[in-house]
Amino acid sequence: MQKTIIGQAIVLGDNIDTDQIYPGRYLELVDPKEIGRHCLAGVDPEIAPNFKPGDIVVAGKNFGCGSSREHAAIALINMGASLVLAESFARIFFRNAINLGLPLVICPGISQKVKAGQTLEVDLEQGTVKIQETGEILAGEKLGEQAAKILAAGGIKPLFRAKMGVKE
Amino acid sequence: MHAIEKILAKASGKDRVTTGEIVNAKVDFAEINDLYLQTVYSFREMGGKKVWDPDRVAFVFDHYAPAPTIKSAKIHQEMRAFARENNLTYHFDINCGVCHQVMPERGLIYPGMIIVATDSHTTTHGAFGAFGTGVGATDMATVLISGELWFRVPEIIEVRIEGTPPKGVYPKDVILHILGQIKADGAVYKAIDFTGSYVEQLDVAGRMTICNMAVEMGAKTAYMQPNQKVLDYVAKRAVRPFEVQYTDDDFAYSESYVFDVSALSPQVAVPHSVDHVRPLETVEKVRVDQGFIGSCTGGREEDIAVAAQILKGKKLPPYVRLVVIPASTEVMQVCLEKGYLQTLIEAGATLSTPGCGPCLGAHEGVLAPGEVCITASNRNFPGRMGSTEAEIYLASPATVAASVLNGYLTDPRTLL
Ligand code: SF4
Repeated sequence: MQKTIIGQAIVLGDNIDTDQIYPGRYLELVDPKEIGRHCLAGVDPEIAPNFKPGDIVVAGKNFGCGSSREHAAIALINMGASLVLAESFARIFFRNAINLGLPLVICPGISQKVKAGQTLEVDLEQGTVKIQETGEILAGEKLGEQAAKILAAGGIKPLFRAKMGVKE
Repeated sequence: MHAIEKILAKASGKDRVTTGEIVNAKVDFAEINDLYLQTVYSFREMGGKKVWDPDRVAFVFDHYAPAPTIKSAKIHQEMRAFARENNLTYHFDINCGVCHQVMPERGLIYPGMIIVATDSHTTTHGAFGAFGTGVGATDMATVLISGELWFRVPEIIEVRIEGTPPKGVYPKDVILHILGQIKADGAVYKAIDFTGSYVEQLDVAGRMTICNMAVEMGAKTAYMQPNQKVLDYVAKRAVRPFEVQYTDDDFAYSESYVFDVSALSPQVAVPHSVDHVRPLETVEKVRVDQGFIGSCTGGREEDIAVAAQILKGKKLPPYVRLVVIPASTEVMQVCLEKGYLQTLIEAGATLSTPGCGPCLGAHEGVLAPGEVCITASNRNFPGRMGSTEAEIYLASPATVAASVLNGYLTDPRTLL
């Protein structure tokens, strides 16, 4: 797992649900690249086409609430998001993202502190976020042990493949 | 320990578990709906060959039943092939209904079990004293391979509901009211145990409606101690012997809320959030274009019956639609026998195949920009039922029926 992630922020509000991250009308798509193109279409269809790979999604409370659709995490990954920082995450989304190897950091107050376009330097191990423009450092939460283990393996699939003795 | 903790402890071969602990628990049943072909792909990517137990896995085709597009038809096709290959004992194709209704009807849900499904509303099964939780496709694939899943033992919140609501006020109003107070993130990662005199006497349908919407507060799972009505329901249906778990007297909840519903009035969640809940009488006169009675929240016999009662002998006004979708084929048959569906069709309703229908905007009654829908389903997020510029109001089936009858949001108590 990459320990430090640097990227520019896009900033979203509270309760961004999975219908906004990935609207139901696209659920029948199966190609991950195509899925990525509709990421956050329920917030603004212009986000995905303008998203630079490696950028960071910042959001308020309860990010990923709503349905269990894994497409939400698949879409974020394939849009190129390197990380999601939010004040809190909904549970199923949290598991889905970690399972697929998308790092998440819970960081209280983040959506008020960070402005769109600022560059963030995130230490995944410590859970800290540095806003490069201002030098301010925000203290997020460290990942739980189970989540950290899955993420370190690059997601649940490599972990399970190893368990099942599947050769790459 | 709490009943939920006892379920988790038993499934993970432990005498006791404590909050925050990570356990590996055996899953009693795993259900995959037709949005989750990804489960099959993840299963194969991880080296899965056969599912761990063909008696304990089923597909339910509900979100795209019957298939509205070639892409969704192909999803069904690939899932059917997987079901055949794995000799699955149960398979619920397009002729069955919404997963959370179909599984209890077919006896696959019973007290004390762990049910995981690729759907957030799996909390519904707390109505039966089961531990139900939603998972994504990849978590589900690990279950299909191993029969187990890791869980964090959750904090448990008590939501005590006392009293008997007045006439015209239904379980949907009760849960909307609670949601409006606890809010959409009030129970994230936690379990909710619904207790109190209201819950103790509540019928199976009402219990399912309330536990269904627990996830709208972020809950991982919901629980209600089974009452006689639940035990009678499962006694006729359960495919396996089961053991009801009970919470110890000395169990301490992480938080407790108390609600008295004796004076509650009909409630609505106004656009665009499930927790923007207001008493109906405080909402201005809102025009409605479409009503929807259906889904795993509001498509049961009781829901369709009350709509039929309100609309009997009446006619919808011009340009107002009512889409009625029984939650399952069993529900549809009962409603046919009792004449509810004929009544609704005569009043001008549109009937569609049991399944999710427009609940998640995939087909059968989606909304155009600027349209207003009053619905017995569970989510009013922007774009949930079609256009992001449509407005969705959540209410009880009675409020839906009363509102389409007048063409604007209407208190059902004026018509009962
Ligand atoms: S009826 Fe609606 S909420 Fe229920 S499973 Fe179907 S789409 Fe989900």
